[in-house]
Amino acid sequence: MKLNYYDGTDRVVTIIDQEIPFPDGRLIVSRTDTKGVLTHYNQSFIDMSGYSNEELMGQNHYILRHPDMPRAAFKDLWDTVQQGNKWHGYVKNLRKDGSYYWVYAVVIPNIRKGKIVGYTSVRRKPSRKKINEIIPLYAQMLAKEGESLCPTF
Amino acid sequence: MPYVLSVSPDFTPKHIAGWYVFNTWLQRQTELAFHLELYDSFSQQREAIAEDKIDLIYANPYDAAMLVREKGFVALAAPLSKADETIIACHQQAPIENIEALQQGLKIVTTDDPDVHLMGMMMLEPADLNANNTDIQQMDSYVLVAKQLLQHNADIGFFLKDAYYDLSHLIRNELKVLMTSEIFIIRHILLAGPKLQPYHQQLQSLLMNMQHDSKGADVLKAMGLTGWEQQTQEDTEFMIDLMDTL
Repeated sequence: MKLNYYDGTDRVVTIIDQEIPFPDGRLIVSRTDTKGVLTHYNQSFIDMSGYSNEELMGQNHYILRHPDMPRAAFKDLWDTVQQGNKWHGYVKNLRKDGSYYWVYAVVIPNIRKGKIVGYTSVRRKPSRKKINEIIPLYAQMLAKEGESLCPTF
Repeated sequence: MPYVLSVSPDFTPKHIAGWYVFNTWLQRQTELAFHLELYDSFSQQREAIAEDKIDLIYANPYDAAMLVREKGFVALAAPLSKADETIIACHQQAPIENIEALQQGLKIVTTDDPDVHLMGMMMLEPADLNANNTDIQQMDSYVLVAKQLLQHNADIGFFLKDAYYDLSHLIRNELKVLMTSEIFIIRHILLAGPKLQPYHQQLQSLLMNMQHDSKGADVLKAMGLTGWEQQTQEDTEFMIDLMDTL
C-alpha cells in the first residue's frame, strides 16, 4: 500500500492485520520539533515501533501513521497543539513490519519562554472498550475522507 | 535564620536519619546554616512552600511544576539511577490475576503521594476504571495501605516501589503484585529556591562530587541513594511537561 505524506513524500508499506499488545505499566514517550521530526524517544517507543534507534532518529513522526487512521484526527491534534493546548485521543500506530498497536495518546506543546519549541507525546495502554467504540467511528470518518494526502504525526 | 531543607513526605521511614545526616554534611561543606524540616503530609508541605518557608527541597515530581513555575525554584540535581515506580498489589488470596479483570466499584487504598497515585490510576485505565467508578480511600502511610489489604478492607493498593520492598517479608508474603510500572523517567529532584540563588553552583558542585568522597558516599548510603546527577533546566521542563500529560 502506498502512503502519501503532507510534505510530498511517499512510501510503500505492507499492512499486516496483527495487533501487538501495549506492554503493561509502560509509557511510550517521544518528542519532536515543531515540524514533527523526532528528536527524543524512550526505549518503549523504539520497542513498539519495530525500528532501530538509528532508523528512527531524524525521521518524521508520521512514519507511525497507520492508514486506518482518519486525517481529521491528526488535523485536530495539530490544530490543538499549535494553539498551545493539550490533545488526547486514541491512535492506531503502524509498526515497521506492518502490524499495529493501539495507544491512548496525550500530546502537549513544549513551551519555553512563551514560544512553542516542540511537542511531547506520551502514550499509554488504552481501554479495549474505548478502542472497540472508536474503530467504527474512525472507519466512517476515513470512508468520508476518501483518498488524499496524509498529514503527519 | 538558617535555610530550610525539606524532603518530600514520601521518603521511606528507614532513611529519616539519613536526611538529618545529609543536613549536617551540607552545613559542614557549605558553612551555611541549614535546618531540616519534615512534614507529615504533602498538603502541610505545600502550605509551607506557599508561605516561602522552604529553601531547598527534595521534591516529588508532581510538585516540580509549582516549585519551578510559581516559586522560582531551580533544579540542582536528581538522584542517580533512581526513578519513582508504582506497584499495584492485592491480597495474596484475592481472586485477581490481572488489571483488566478489575470491575467498577473496586475499593482502592492509596496515600497522598501524588505521583504514585497518578501512576496507579493511569495503570487502571485499561480496565475503564477511574475516580468516578471506584471507591478510593487515602491512608497516612504505605504500611497502612498494606494493612487494609491484609484485613480485606480493600481490593487493591498503590505503593511506591521502594516502599513496597521496605515492607517486611511477613507482610509481602501475604500480598500479590499485580503490576509494576516501568516508566523510568519520573523521579524526585533536588530544587533550590530563590534565596539560595548565590549558592546554586557551589551546591551543585558539592552534590556531583558527593559519591566520590568517602564521607559523602556514606551519607548517600544512609539516604538510600547512590549519587546525584546533573539535572538541567531543560530536563526539569521536560519532566514538568511529562507530568502534565498524565
